[in-house]
Amino acid sequence: MSASYAHPEVLADSGWVESHAKDANVRVVEVDVDTKAYDEGHVPGAIAWAWNTQLCDTVVRDILPKAAFEALMTQSGIGNDTTVVLYGDNNNWFAAWAFWQMKIYGHKDVRIMDGGRKKWLAESRDVDTAATKPAAGATAYQATEPDYSLRAFLPQVQQAQKSVSAVMIDVRSPQEFSGEILAPPGLPETCQRGGHIPGARSVPWGKACNDDGTFKSASELEKLYGAEGVVQSKPVIAYCRIGERSSHTWFVLKYLLGVGNVMNYDGSWTEWGNLVGAPVEKGGAKSVGQA
Amino acid sequence: MKPENFSERQVDVDGWQVNLTTYKLGEKWHTKADNVSPGAALARIVADTREAAESRALARAKELLSRTKRHSV
Repeated sequence: MSASYAHPEVLADSGWVESHAKDANVRVVEVDVDTKAYDEGHVPGAIAWAWNTQLCDTVVRDILPKAAFEALMTQSGIGNDTTVVLYGDNNNWFAAWAFWQMKIYGHKDVRIMDGGRKKWLAESRDVDTAATKPAAGATAYQATEPDYSLRAFLPQVQQAQKSVSAVMIDVRSPQEFSGEILAPPGLPETCQRGGHIPGARSVPWGKACNDDGTFKSASELEKLYGAEGVVQSKPVIAYCRIGERSSHTWFVLKYLLGVGNVMNYDGSWTEWGNLVGAPVEKGGAKSVGQA
Repeated sequence: MKPENFSERQVDVDGWQVNLTTYKLGEKWHTKADNVSPGAALARIVADTREAAESRALARAKELLSRTKRHSV
């Protein structure tokens, strides 16, 4: 690991976005936790994707199927060579979820606006309240076959847990990790058991961000994740409750720190915590090496 | 239109940390209440004054947070 980001090209600052949001080859997309946020005001020229209807298969629990992803891109005026800049509320939590899917389907130039919606508002930059209606792409978008090296499925996670062959990072809150609560405070419980995957390390996702919503420096991130056993030579599996928070950590590890083999386990605790017979550990985080 | 008077602060609501984000857009005040960890939105309120927007957001957050069960570990 180094003292600067491994892939700084995946970040766009708010000043750059303000200057380029309406460029012909740029598409800015807001993806929020709270899908009503866009309607209140958004980056001029930005469109919005709703994570719960447009970035998932709404029948089967899964990411967008390839054909649906291609249709979304085409309808959004995005071509294979478009520079896509994603941003959103809550430190780009769901923007990272969209980023992860775009990389699974092979989009080349996708970036995250550092600081997201919060920094844009705090800087008093212009917002529009009328929805942007994109002209559909001139040509149909063609996705690659899904790159599942970026995604962990249950059998891989079970194997990794048994053989301790990957660093497992639980990015939920400490109270979810311990089992004290079964869902984020104020949200419905979606699992039968509380706790965490045995052996997982607790690194809440928000620790990767500064107060203004920007990502912490490479050296700060190295220290944060290095203390939990993340090294270049070992695969990392990040998980949370439904896979969105962990896509943020996946982004940080893969693109800011350059860890070679990082997977997002989007089945996450909603899958593991409902499995009959799955091993569960309760209690708070332990330091590395502690039994 | 430019957002003005952006502010953010944390408030304790019955033992839960809530993040309140408020700003003015045009003539209206917008407040969002999130649980601090993980940061999921609990309430989004638009009102004529900062005080009204924040008090209504906190009331809604309190209502939702009261449903959260704490389990013994």
